[in-house]
Parts: sequence; C-alpha cells; structure tokens
Amino acid sequence: MSSLAELKVGESIKEIQLDPVDRITLIKYAGASGDYNPIHTIDEEAKKVGLPGIIAHGMWTMGNLSKLFTDFYGEGFIQDYTIRFKGMVFLNDVVTLQAELAEENENILRFNVRAVNQNGNEVIKGDVLYHRYAS
Amino acid sequence: MFKEHIGKQSNKVKNIVERGAVKKFAEAIGDLHPIFIDEETGKNSRYNRNIAPPTFPRVFDYGTIEGLNLPNKGLIHGEQTYHYERPLLVGEEITCYSVIKNYFEKKGTQGEMGFLVLESFGEDESGKIVFSSTQTVIITEAVRKVLIG
Repeated sequence: MSSLAELKVGESIKEIQLDPVDRITLIKYAGASGDYNPIHTIDEEAKKVGLPGIIAHGMWTMGNLSKLFTDFYGEGFIQDYTIRFKGMVFLNDVVTLQAELAEENENILRFNVRAVNQNGNEVIKGDVLYHRYAS
Repeated sequence: MFKEHIGKQSNKVKNIVERGAVKKFAEAIGDLHPIFIDEETGKNSRYNRNIAPPTFPRVFDYGTIEGLNLPNKGLIHGEQTYHYERPLLVGEEITCYSVIKNYFEKKGTQGEMGFLVLESFGEDESGKIVFSSTQTVIITEAVRKVLIG
C-alpha cells in the first residue's frame, strides 16, 4: 500500500514479522540508544534479578513497531505514540507488529497498535495518532 | 520516597540530531528507510531534510535532576508516550530537559511498588517545543528497599 488514504476503519496496515530476537540485535540497540542496562545484554545480570535470561529493551520493541508507519512519512507523521509495556521479549522470540485503523477524524487517524510474540501474547500495546497533512 | 521531588526540573542540555546517530538508531530498530538515511530522499521530501524515527529521543541527554538518584538496575518501564508537533530533522539542535511530574505508590502482587512519572521536552533553536514525552518508571519493592536502606 502506497498511501494510508486507501485504508478503511477496521483494516490493518500490512503486519511485519521480525526475525527471532538475537543477542547482537540487543547489543546494537544498547549502543545506539545509550541504554546499557545489563539485563538486556548480560545473562548473569538478568539472572540476578530473577529473569531466565536477557530480555529485549521495551524501547527496542516500541522502536520497531513504529516502522509500520515509516512508508507514510510523505503524507503525514506520527503525532502521538503511546505504549504500555505488557510483557517481556526474550531471546529467540518472534515478534509480530500490527496496526489497525480504529478511527478517522478529518486529518487524524487513530491506530490501535501492538506487538505480539509467537504465542500470541501482547508484549506492547498502545495507539498511534497519525497526522495527515492537508493536501 | 520521591514525593518531595515532584515538580523538580533538570538543567537544559543541547543535543544535535546527529546523522550518524540517526543511522545507527534506525539500524538498531531494523528501519533503514531512505527518509532517515538517504540525503537525496531527504532533500526531495516535504521536510527538505532527513528525519529521525519517533523513538529517537531516547538517545538525547536530558540533564540531571538534583537529588534524584535512580538505580540503573531493577527498574521496569511501564508506559511511554511521545507527542510531536513535527518530526525531528537530522542536523538540528534540540534543547532537552525533564520534569518530575508525579510519584505515587501502589500495593501489587509483588509488594509495594513506586511509580515515577517523568515528563521530558525537546525545543528547537527558536525555543518552540518539537516533542514532549512521558515515561512511567516502576520501582519494585526490592529496589525500594535498597534505596531506603
């Protein structure tokens, strides 16, 4: 889809399934974001706080989710992006990103967005208000 | 424990939306779209520049809030919001700061939890707010004990 204008309420942007989460991805995100909390990169540190192993940064998942909208920056932008972190993302998890158009109000499109793991459990959930430029 | 800090603001810090940092960030979230990294695409876009992904402000320095000592371990990120007036442009200077918006405690299944709400802002060179963000940090009982003790 080249334009969000074709999308109707109740329809979704084409979902994206991510590759299984691997260690290097989280190390890269730590470096790029400056978030070096060791529970995301060092097994021993994750275990110390009672986790079975390292977990992805919530902000990594939130960062990924926004790419559902990247193709549409020509016609608008993400005005509001609200996320609740609901579950943890572990190594080898396969995360799928989804966005459904929930409401359309003149130049504001409200999407329900979420990322689910391979078991169908929501790991993050929220909404995006996409501001469409007046043509 | 953090109640007395409500309303406190950090010092303002100037940040640059640096091209290399944007590229590295876009790569880290698997979103190497030309609008973020390709100069030609940026020039030909309505922004006349490349832009940064919406969660890029995670990278910025927001200064220090005096007296607020958060541990770097054992915090849970509960919620996060971003509000934008327009996208961030690659190369621009953004002045950032944070304010402690709220602190409250709740009893949960894992004991007494603290909720710290931080609001952050980014202003452009003319002093206009480009984005604001709100972050809710959950401080678990185990961490609270360490902080008090």
